[in-house]
Amino acid sequence: MTIETPFAIVDIRQLRKRFGSNEVLKGIDLDVRRGEVIAIIGKSGSGKSTLLRCINGLEEFQDGTLLVDGQPLKHGDAKAMRELRQHVGMIFQGFNLFPHLSVGRNVMLAPTLVKKANAAEVDATARRLLARVGLAEKFEAWPDQLSGGQQQRVAIARALAMQPSVLLCDEITSALDPELVGEVLKVVESLADEGMTLLMVTHEMGFARKVSDRVVFMHAGRIHEIGPPEQIFGAPGTPELQQFLSSLH
Amino acid sequence: MVEFSVWQILGNLLLAARWTVALSLLAFAGGGLVGLSLLVARLRGRPGVATAVSAYVHVFQGTPLLIQLFLAYFGLGLFGIDVSPWVAAGGALTLYASAYLAEIWRGCVEAIPRGQWEAADSLALDFGEKLRHVIAPQALRIAVAPTVGFLVQVIKGTALASIIGFVELTKTGTMITNATFRPFTVYACVALMYFALCWPVSAFSRRLERSMRRDH
Repeated sequence: MTIETPFAIVDIRQLRKRFGSNEVLKGIDLDVRRGEVIAIIGKSGSGKSTLLRCINGLEEFQDGTLLVDGQPLKHGDAKAMRELRQHVGMIFQGFNLFPHLSVGRNVMLAPTLVKKANAAEVDATARRLLARVGLAEKFEAWPDQLSGGQQQRVAIARALAMQPSVLLCDEITSALDPELVGEVLKVVESLADEGMTLLMVTHEMGFARKVSDRVVFMHAGRIHEIGPPEQIFGAPGTPELQQFLSSLH
Repeated sequence: MVEFSVWQILGNLLLAARWTVALSLLAFAGGGLVGLSLLVARLRGRPGVATAVSAYVHVFQGTPLLIQLFLAYFGLGLFGIDVSPWVAAGGALTLYASAYLAEIWRGCVEAIPRGQWEAADSLALDFGEKLRHVIAPQALRIAVAPTVGFLVQVIKGTALASIIGFVELTKTGTMITNATFRPFTVYACVALMYFALCWPVSAFSRRLERSMRRDH
């Protein structure tokens, strides 16, 4: 297999996605380089979450190709999907922690089952990752005993435990009380600083401007504008983006 | 007319209650196994399976248990297959319970938020792992009350097996009535027996639910 851009970790070509007769992604092309941080912005209904969910196969697409680490995404091939998903972590708006498992077991579940790593190693990794997100003392706690911000940080540790090459963040601070947003963004920023490849759908424009390498503005199922944050926020080139940005103030 | 003391009536009914218990357990274990297989097949999402399972459920939910028992007992006889009341009652109740349990448990699985499936998906868990480690433990907690409620229905439903000649609690009650001509006393004892079987089951369910809430 030849990879056209050697550093593309996510390579999306002419991706099209329909819900029934409603086409929500109308031909998306996007290359994400290793270590790159990409913020996806746009109105609700512009297709940004759908695009993100296509990258780990939570949504099926009808046309186009999508490669992660050079491996094509194949729906219906359970083995290929399992392999691909080990490279792509995802963090959700609603945290989606497993309520019947303690915090530690939430983090340890997938490495134990999927990677078949040995128990001591998995335990040590989970403790290290929880410490990294500032929750070392919550190993034995239950998800419903934590604040939203803490739950989201556990979700980040849980995703990291699979050692993904790419992390997808789907509006991960939108369900949080304003005073809890900062602690989650701080963790994400530290991941960006350490070279993690990040794709995030976000409404936190200040944050997007600060940490991202490129910003993607989606409009009506297409990538309407793409560029470095200074350009997107400082000199928007299209009336749609100008209108979107001005509607935020 | 034969003279029976109330104690003799109760003693005989108690012996017969063993068969009510045995039939209930058989129906429940068999129905549980078949129902679980139906549910898993349905969740796997192969094309056509959901429709087939749903048709199966509708057939058993849409016809009286009594008619199902008749069909199992007399219907198979038409084809030259000789079935004992045991086999007919056990088979019919198993299928009946499987349809209801498959539907009850499907509801419990559907009560689990979609985000739980998606989180498990994004962590690369396969179908069996998702079901076993993420969905089932949560669905189980929701399932206790309706499942036990249905178990009580099954225990009472076994009374219908008396009509095809299966000698259990109700049939024995009828036989004793025919000998003693004291229907009120006998059937009151029969009712008491059913209550003595069903009430502890419900009480156990309430306790189980409480304890499951406590230890997550």
